[in-house]
Amino acid sequence: MSVSSEYASPTLAAAPRAEGIRLRWSVVLHYLVLLIMSVVILMPLYVMVSTSFKTQIDITASEPVWIFQPTMANYEDILTRQRFDRFLVNSVLTALFSTAATLAAGSMAAFAIARMQFPGRGLLAQTTLLIRMVPAAVLAIPIFALWLEWGIEDGRVGLVLFYTALNLPFAIWLLIGFIKQVPVELEEAAIVDGAGAFQVFFRILFPILRPGLAVASIFTFRIAWNEFILALILTNRMTRTLPVATTLYITDQGVEWGRIMAMGTLMVVPPLLLTFVAARQIIAGLTAGAVKG
Amino acid sequence: MAKFLNNRRNLVPFIFLLPAVFILVVGLVVPLVNAFRLSFYEWSMGTPLASARYIGLASYERLLGDAGVGESLGVTLRFGFWVILIEMALGITLALLLERQIRGAALFRTIFVLPLMVSPVVVGLIWRYLFDARSGLVNFYLEEIGEAIPFLQQFGFTTQLWLADRNLAFTSIIVTDIWQWTPFVFIIILAGLQAVPREVLESAYIDGANWLQMTWFVKLPMIRSVILITLLLRLVDVFRALEVIYILTFGGPGRSTELLSLHIYKTAFTSQQLGYASAISTLLIGIIFVLSLGILVFNNPLKERADF
Repeated sequence: MSVSSEYASPTLAAAPRAEGIRLRWSVVLHYLVLLIMSVVILMPLYVMVSTSFKTQIDITASEPVWIFQPTMANYEDILTRQRFDRFLVNSVLTALFSTAATLAAGSMAAFAIARMQFPGRGLLAQTTLLIRMVPAAVLAIPIFALWLEWGIEDGRVGLVLFYTALNLPFAIWLLIGFIKQVPVELEEAAIVDGAGAFQVFFRILFPILRPGLAVASIFTFRIAWNEFILALILTNRMTRTLPVATTLYITDQGVEWGRIMAMGTLMVVPPLLLTFVAARQIIAGLTAGAVKG
Repeated sequence: MAKFLNNRRNLVPFIFLLPAVFILVVGLVVPLVNAFRLSFYEWSMGTPLASARYIGLASYERLLGDAGVGESLGVTLRFGFWVILIEMALGITLALLLERQIRGAALFRTIFVLPLMVSPVVVGLIWRYLFDARSGLVNFYLEEIGEAIPFLQQFGFTTQLWLADRNLAFTSIIVTDIWQWTPFVFIIILAGLQAVPREVLESAYIDGANWLQMTWFVKLPMIRSVILITLLLRLVDVFRALEVIYILTFGGPGRSTELLSLHIYKTAFTSQQLGYASAISTLLIGIIFVLSLGILVFNNPLKERADF
């Protein structure tokens, strides 16, 4: 592989492309590797979607059926025989409320940590980072106990509280980075003009921070929409969310693959749309934890 | 960094912090403290918490001699070793190969993000279906290949009971994890490579470094902190992993795929020993705390961005 083609950066682009043929071969190879990776990633998802449109006979056939008469029976079944609408509303409400709470509380805290001087600032920032790694398995037990003790009927309230708490450290961490990229002179100018801290935050910073808030909200939504263990513990047959409802199709008699894949397909739609709309922001959020610069 | 809001208005920072601190205390700190407190009690599910019996350090004594905990810790470490080794090797290699800017990068980027956005429950279900002994695709293609090339049959290219055999079930959870997390490693390493200052690469290029030298002596050393953080993040996640395996194998057969976090869950909610499960939780939190401290040392958002 030629060095000049490998490091074609803007400053090096002027270098003559003498090895045109070798360059093209490396490009072909490049796309080939990417294509294989994509197929490996997409194949399992395709299997889920196609299985959701199959009849039980096609699903349990000893040979995989690639060409089949699609059926809506699985979808009709989950949409009419179970309370899908209710589970959907539960999932949406939980995700929306916890995302809103995370953004509001997270951006305020990030503003204070990034821009203000107060005793315990460093300690607070570091504690926040340390508790972001708490496993759900560890939280499940005390949460189960506390929920009984607190006696709050609606498990969805608990889910909003705990999802917000689980997401806040990451959101604060992410937003500190975004706030630090905003030139502090903007805020200083507003202060000179007589603005208070709240006006600076809501009028100046909050609008500029929108890209950061978008990234934070994607990750908050993802957790709230997908989370299973805490939802399993806190919800009952009226308040359960979609991931919990999906697992109900695993029974002692076996797994109802058609219906469960239909549930899975419906559940994947929002994160899928989100990925196609905001892949760039998602990568920004993923790399914020590891890459500086 | 100028701190433009100074000490004169001392209450202001705390007003801004109040909502977040309140939620974190009620939603995380109180549960964690209670998990620790519960570890000194014997409490079975279904009985009121008030009737839990104080047993001091008895749970911790039991923990030291508990073969089940030792076994699941061993499973976790073996699982972590294999998935991190394979995911890091694959992710770094692919990132180095595919670093160049190309057309269509946005589409591939979108595809690589998908496994991270799909619900762990769904990931577990899909792979449970793929590994299904009777109608799963994995077995079907193994058998096809085995029939086409009979020589390969002795190397396992035939129908296997993937989720019912101890070793094969362990392989299954590794394969699933690699599918889910290699794109994550790839994306982060790629971002790290792209953040390497161009001047460094140019001067190495002018000095006559070839591709291999460039990779080994320039790029990999430049991104070593990114590699280390990625490794630590994956390691922490191995100790947190629960939902995919809950659906895929529920720890079985036997304890062959029972990671420590799943062992805690099953001790609490299947064996219904919530107090003892809390004691194991303390162990898990200790491990994760140490690993998180490592991440914090290398990646503190309050530090200025200088150490590349």
